[in-house]
Amino acid sequence: MTNVLVNAAGLAAMMMIVWWFWLWKPSNAANTKAGVIDIRVANGTYSPALIDSPAGQPLTLRVLREDASPCAEYLIVDGLGVNEALPIDRRHDIELPVMQPGEYRFHCQMNMYQGVLRIR
Amino acid sequence: MSTQIRLIIPAMTCAGCARKVRAALEPLAGVSEIAIDTAAKTVDLNIDGEDPTAVMMALEQAGYPAEADSGTAPEACRMNDPLPSDHLPVDGMRLAITGATCASCVRSIETALSSVPGVEQASMNLADHSAYVQGAAKPEQLIAAIEAVGYGASVAADDDSLEQERERSEQKLYRRLIRDTWLALGLGAPLMAWMLFGGSMMVHAGGISQLVWLLVGLLTLAVLLVAGGHFFVGAWKAAVHHNANMDTLIAIGTGTAWLYSMVAVLAPGLLPEQARHVYFEASVMIVGFINMGLALELRARGRSGQAIKRLLGLRATTARRVEDDGSEEDVDIALVMTGMRLRVRPGEKIAVDGVVESGSTLVDESMLTGEPMPLSKQAGDMLSAGTINQQGSLVYRATRVGKDTALAQIIALVKKAQGSRPPIGRLADQVSAVFVPVVMLVAIGAALVWFNVGPEPRASYAMVALTTVLIIACPCALGLATPMSVMVGVGKAAESGILIRQGAALQTASELTTIVLDKTGTVTQGKPSVTELFGYADWSRDRVLALAAALENASEHPLAFAVLEAAKERSLAALDVSDFIAENGKGVQANYQGGVARIGNLRWLADLGIDADAATADVAGITEQAGTPLFLTMDKTLIGVIGVRDQIKPDARSAVARMHARGLKVVMITGDVRSTAEAIAKQAGIEEVIAEVLPADKALHVRGLRDKGERVAMVGDGINDAPALAEADVGFAIGTGTDVAIESAGITLMGGSLHGVVDAIAVSSATVRNIRQNLVGAFLYNVLGIPVAAGLLYPLTGMMFSPVIAGLAMSLSSVTVVSNANRLRFFQARPAKEVV
Repeated sequence: MTNVLVNAAGLAAMMMIVWWFWLWKPSNAANTKAGVIDIRVANGTYSPALIDSPAGQPLTLRVLREDASPCAEYLIVDGLGVNEALPIDRRHDIELPVMQPGEYRFHCQMNMYQGVLRIR
Repeated sequence: MSTQIRLIIPAMTCAGCARKVRAALEPLAGVSEIAIDTAAKTVDLNIDGEDPTAVMMALEQAGYPAEADSGTAPEACRMNDPLPSDHLPVDGMRLAITGATCASCVRSIETALSSVPGVEQASMNLADHSAYVQGAAKPEQLIAAIEAVGYGASVAADDDSLEQERERSEQKLYRRLIRDTWLALGLGAPLMAWMLFGGSMMVHAGGISQLVWLLVGLLTLAVLLVAGGHFFVGAWKAAVHHNANMDTLIAIGTGTAWLYSMVAVLAPGLLPEQARHVYFEASVMIVGFINMGLALELRARGRSGQAIKRLLGLRATTARRVEDDGSEEDVDIALVMTGMRLRVRPGEKIAVDGVVESGSTLVDESMLTGEPMPLSKQAGDMLSAGTINQQGSLVYRATRVGKDTALAQIIALVKKAQGSRPPIGRLADQVSAVFVPVVMLVAIGAALVWFNVGPEPRASYAMVALTTVLIIACPCALGLATPMSVMVGVGKAAESGILIRQGAALQTASELTTIVLDKTGTVTQGKPSVTELFGYADWSRDRVLALAAALENASEHPLAFAVLEAAKERSLAALDVSDFIAENGKGVQANYQGGVARIGNLRWLADLGIDADAATADVAGITEQAGTPLFLTMDKTLIGVIGVRDQIKPDARSAVARMHARGLKVVMITGDVRSTAEAIAKQAGIEEVIAEVLPADKALHVRGLRDKGERVAMVGDGINDAPALAEADVGFAIGTGTDVAIESAGITLMGGSLHGVVDAIAVSSATVRNIRQNLVGAFLYNVLGIPVAAGLLYPLTGMMFSPVIAGLAMSLSSVTVVSNANRLRFFQARPAKEVV
């Protein structure tokens, strides 16, 4: 009985990991209709980490890095050639150009902080 | 389906505009076959579908609206104009404002600033709480005006203060990590010692050991929360965002070990007797080691950023302001505005970019350009912030201050490049993005295998395998492998006056097979000078040169400048000539002492029937050396020949030899006639010459070489050669001085020496090699470490990795990557023996 329980728990944990980190599709994203979005960098995460923005308009990421860890120093946006050093405890604007519809990942240098920008 | 469209862009007036238009269009999905005609102000392109809205918007964003009938002619622009999006104000001051919360505050502040005498324009940005002021008002007056209406203001923070702030924060973090390390190891080490010296780590139900281990467990929990709390908070926050990071692995690993141990202590009956083992020492030792690793990494990373620190250190902190009444006072650098007159005394740093108004001196610019020789500066010459005045006292007028100085732009450029990523790191990026969840799956899988088919005590082995796999896996080493080397490599290059713009250029520069050198200004000095002088018919050489200078006085031809310069050097008195007539493509004639004096080419002499046979041997000598002969006649008599030549740079030959030594093919490209080009190439030791090429066709030749499979670098001045630079795999703009805003080039060499090209290639190769070492090391570490941690060696050796050892290995793995990247700091691009 213990064997069954342990194995079931292990398999459930594995399924949970697959679902939680890969299959789960967030429904509520931060919206950027005004063309500016505030992002907080703290405790290993970007808040918000999922951002929706309309296509055909430029976007400003106003980033506040509160995390002194060097991991958080750079913010990179894939596909746009953006790699910006973030000052600590100061808002830093990153101007993004007009983007084609699609998903653009943003992350730190080591890919530990991750977020997605959805252009629709 | 793709559609070809043509857009008219009235604002596109030059090659620089064309470059910006291309830069705006190329990133767009579905856009291909971009053909730009600057003369017709049109762009032809293919788009997917039929709707050009995205294209039109991108062009508008770039400052080039595409409208068929846009009327007014736009202002001319230059090739190195900044893109509209990154255009910074060229004068004025930025103030940081406090206390402003709403739109009416903005109005009050703007009104207060505008009322200060001298302010031309004032605007406030509520979003970043800053105000930007243009005009001649002093900062003290502006701050006082804002304070008078109830708000606070200060001159906005510059890179220096941001850097100091970053250092302060990192110091604080470092101290906290060290404290956490001692705290965790302080509890972990005695527990480890107990275990190593034979103490029992088993819980005996109902015995005193149960109570003791309960106390140890609670103590461990306290230490875990204090010294490792940040891992748990980070893991939780990441999990809530459906992310997993290094914190996740550490929190689950140490948390599982503690929980398992507490189950053994509180409910030993749930576990078989042999499995009632505690792992409190592992939890705290792991936390201690990983904190230690993070602290060491932080230290090592501080060293990686020294290039930026060195550049920041070049900035002056004060400047000596010269008032209109002649009095002088020292002012803070932040208070210096454009238009201010400043004095710099011998040995002092130039505070901001400016133009010399009075005085003369020698200025050492080596810290920016890498050029060792100091430059002479006189009235009208440009000065760059951060360079050092060696001799005389100068008064200069500030033209660019703060973030607009060349030094500030170099710092910004280097910082940006340090964060860029060459393609070589792409696989590591892809792996590290999914690494943590994969490791979690592997850890659970390994634990289940141990639990199902492992020896007794199965539960203990499963728990050890789970914890060890989680702890040994190091996404940091993978993630750091590329960026750390890029950071150090780009910084190292910047120290030699080499600005590498993107990580991709760094990688490509290490893979080159062919170097194409533009002739004028790249191989040669780009400035013709008089090299030979002959007099005939009893005319002395000085008299020949004096008459030639008098004739060429009004000409703007580069050869004329060479003649005038030579006459000036010899202090020859000006001769009195009159009635100039310029014959286009032939030369110049004027009246001198009742006769007609002419200076021009051989064809003109032949047309006039003037015999030049007397100079045949001398002319042959000039042309053999790639010089241009200028013939001087008086009426129908040849009286002199002047050889003018654009000489090769003194170190061009040795630099070309270094290129050959690296196995590179060197090609020279020029619009000159073949004989001249070949003579120059021979002097420089270049084996292949592409001559008589129109400037616009240089890019075609570069493309031709690429089509043959060569990896091509084009080296040119960055302005006239921009299309060819952009066409090459890597463009090198050479001799830009402190004008670093050349975007057609992947690599900008501020110095004029061709050695810079080889140095850049050497630094790039060393950096890419370093990245490879890091990547191989990081991949091998994880590929070998994880299976071993999972217990793969147990069937062969009967041994399992301890979670504590895994923690130590993990903490050292990222330190190793950073330390290896730091080795690049000692790389010498040009060994002493190679310097010629």
